[in-house]
Amino acid sequence: MKYFRFDSLLLAILLMLITIGLIVSYSASGGDMAVVKGQLIRVGIGLFIMLAIAQVPSYFFYRLAPALFLFGLALLLAVELAGDVGKGAQRWLDLGVMRFQPSELSKLIVPLMVARYLSERAHPLPWRYIAGALLLIVLPVALILGQPDLGTALMVTASGLAVIFFAGISWRLMVGGAALGLALVPVAWHFMHDYQRRRVLTLLDPSSDPLGAGYHIIQSMIAIGSGGVWGKGWMNGTQAHLKFLPESSTDFIFAVFAEEFGLVGCGVLLTLYLALLLRGLQISATAGDSFGRLMAGAIVAIFFFYVVVNIGMVAGVLPVVGVPLPLISYGGSSLVTLLLGFGVLMAVRNDRKMWTK
Amino acid sequence: MGVDRGGITGMKRQETLADHRQDLRRYSLRALVASVAVMAVLMLLFARLYFLQVVDHEHYATASRSNRLRLEVLPPVRGAIVDRHGELLAVNVPAFSLSLVPEEVDDLDELIASLGGLIDISDADIERFSQQRGRSQPFDAVVLRGHLSEEELAVLAVNSHRFQGIRLDAESVRSYPYGPLLAHLVGYVGRMSEKDLKQVNADRYRGTRFYGKSGIELVYESQLHGDNSFRIVERNARGREVRELQRGTPGAGELIQLTIDVGFQRAAVVALGDQAGAIVAMKPDNGAILALVSWPAFDPNLFVRGIGNDAYQGLLHDPLRPLFNRATRGQYPPGSTLKPFVGFAGIEEDIDVTSRIFCPGFFQLDGRERRYRCWKRWGHGSLDLVGAITQSCDVFFYNLAVSLGIDRMHHHLARFGFGARTGLELGRESVGLLPSSEWKQAALGEPWYLGETVISGIGQGYNSATVLQLARATAILAQRGKDVRPHLLLRTEESEKYAVQAPDATWDTIIEGMTAVVHGPKGTARKIGKGIDYQIAGKTGTAQVYQLSQDKDEKKNRGEVAKKLQDHALFIAFAPVENPQLVVAVIVENGGSGSGTAAPIARKLFDYYFANL
Repeated sequence: MKYFRFDSLLLAILLMLITIGLIVSYSASGGDMAVVKGQLIRVGIGLFIMLAIAQVPSYFFYRLAPALFLFGLALLLAVELAGDVGKGAQRWLDLGVMRFQPSELSKLIVPLMVARYLSERAHPLPWRYIAGALLLIVLPVALILGQPDLGTALMVTASGLAVIFFAGISWRLMVGGAALGLALVPVAWHFMHDYQRRRVLTLLDPSSDPLGAGYHIIQSMIAIGSGGVWGKGWMNGTQAHLKFLPESSTDFIFAVFAEEFGLVGCGVLLTLYLALLLRGLQISATAGDSFGRLMAGAIVAIFFFYVVVNIGMVAGVLPVVGVPLPLISYGGSSLVTLLLGFGVLMAVRNDRKMWTK
Repeated sequence: MGVDRGGITGMKRQETLADHRQDLRRYSLRALVASVAVMAVLMLLFARLYFLQVVDHEHYATASRSNRLRLEVLPPVRGAIVDRHGELLAVNVPAFSLSLVPEEVDDLDELIASLGGLIDISDADIERFSQQRGRSQPFDAVVLRGHLSEEELAVLAVNSHRFQGIRLDAESVRSYPYGPLLAHLVGYVGRMSEKDLKQVNADRYRGTRFYGKSGIELVYESQLHGDNSFRIVERNARGREVRELQRGTPGAGELIQLTIDVGFQRAAVVALGDQAGAIVAMKPDNGAILALVSWPAFDPNLFVRGIGNDAYQGLLHDPLRPLFNRATRGQYPPGSTLKPFVGFAGIEEDIDVTSRIFCPGFFQLDGRERRYRCWKRWGHGSLDLVGAITQSCDVFFYNLAVSLGIDRMHHHLARFGFGARTGLELGRESVGLLPSSEWKQAALGEPWYLGETVISGIGQGYNSATVLQLARATAILAQRGKDVRPHLLLRTEESEKYAVQAPDATWDTIIEGMTAVVHGPKGTARKIGKGIDYQIAGKTGTAQVYQLSQDKDEKKNRGEVAKKLQDHALFIAFAPVENPQLVVAVIVENGGSGSGTAAPIARKLFDYYFANL
């Protein structure tokens, strides 16, 4: 019990995905070893944090949740007041040593808080607890939307809703909620920024705007499609290397991967993601208590949304929102957040035995 | 709800476990549903990828091969260089060039061969093309031939439908309307080389074809260059532009305004005539350079087009060295022009310079045989410092130098900037040499000899200076010690710092001597003082190139010495004496005497200045 604990299966899959990420980053950056080294450092930091978190008993997160939640809100407010504007959106908080995206942390903190809030509630979930949970989601999401960062706002919302789902909302309410959500689409449309609307419109017909938002989608679809079954081979992806593909190291890295490794590579990648997700769900189902279950379920959900939204976007089936491909895209904030989440997942798994005994 | 809560709060162990099991069962169901959903969604994604990569593969593969949207560079317009009145010294003119997009060409060699049948393409062009190609991004157009004539352009335009992947672009090419007049100063640009590219941010220079190679063009390269931008165009399969989809705006390079007055510069070159030499004309109050001449020069426009090897070798081996910037790089013995500064050192060191010294036409160190001759064979008779400056008496300064010693001389001359770079923006400036005993020990490993002190007193021996240094020292003198930093970029601030501080009387003495050089009855440059309505303070100098023997049995007359062994003629001056507005330093290589050759040139410059500026 007192030795160093981690989930080796989870760790193995994570390492495989991270390795793929480094290999693709090298290619997407045009063979820049400095990029890979920079990412390696972030990977190191992320893995260290993950393994450290895995040693923490999960009830600790339960206790910490409200404080973390308030802290997260405060950070978001700080960004609102003193954040750096990067690429026209106000998301970054300059900590002196590094720049940091507080909205990224919200993806973990919000489901954590909702999980705590709902973990003591019995089935079926009474509606006013659902309302309370929704309020916990809406507060940070409103701040994130103000930055504006639609992608993260959607992710945070989805992860919060996933907790409500796992906590046992009645099927009937769920269907009703979905219907209500659909009804609210026109309202959301009204509040969207112009560029966000354009992205949605472009999705419906990319060729209508081959230069603006459509340019990204067209180019990434060409990259994926031209990869074929076997791909063009590592470092041979012309789309990315000829700079047709924007953001090729970050949000659009999947296109580089698909171009160079083809459908076979994509199959391997999706299988790894699936394995990770199923293992996560298995951990959640065998968790020691209700809080651990919800927490684990939420982490799996976040990860799942990352994968689907990113690949969906790059493959031209979802609108372009700034969501990285988890564990593969170049960049620190999301990688560290994700590994932190997996740390929590491992912590939940470690506490399973307390119940089974 | 109430029941549920009661169940939890008033729990017994069994109930909790039962409750927990029930919870777990309910959760497991949800987890199962989630698993199925996850698998389903990932399979949908995979199906989408299958659709893109297998079903529609051909379509996308074709699109990728002939990706029709091209990101093309828009190079910035290079900033112009103008003189102080806005006269254009370096401009951009449109020229047509033939470039190829190698990625669009099936057989590059064949294409170049057939293009060579239409217009003249040299091996050098092809070599340059391969070099440029090496550093270009895929689908960038690479120049094969620049400066197409109208005829060549017409021939290519008519035949262009036969070729795939060729572009006829109007590019902006540098032109120097004043040709050789400012060649060393403004410098020139040339085709960008691999080495140039290493100096700069490759992204910023993507699409840039010219790079500053010398002069202002090199020194202010990053300001002149500007920022490039991009446009996205749709091209058909043959590379022809179908439509432009987006166009960025390149940031034009900065305009560089110089302190130079191009009319004055021309007047200086005309005054120098066909002689080799250098001229610096500068405003003493702020160091603004109005004319900076190094002659002979070359036509910088040759370098823009890519000078042929023969022409280049010709310039390189020309005995008059037209590529050499004499004004900033040429190091000459300052000769007698150093005398006012040595005199200044004497006064500062409290050596009695008002008592007269007798000049018999030579000088001997105590107990030594060797005679150091005065330029005036029969001697000047007796004179004081003012007279010695006026008549440029060597013997007086031999004495003074020996009294001072080399190191005290070094100290005071250094305050006027001798032996140090002036810091002119042109860079690659020579430092000259202001000797000291310490220097000699370090550089040559030998002690300093008294005889060397003697000839240092008249600016010979190890002493050397650039014309620019002479101009600066003269300006410090004219400003009575105020520091002057020669510069070429037009700005207005004046220096308030002092390089040298000395009592007014000291300055008065030196300036009195220099004024008498031009206006005194015995002044060495009294010829230029005729018919003048303002006062010049100056000093002539005649620097020995070839060490003519000082011995009695010297038979050679100076006139018999070959031209290239003749003395350099120097003159430094400022005017008007009371309120100095212009400093001039002139050197005429192998010009003979300072008074006969260099001083009249300076007079012409002062005349031009007071008449026109």
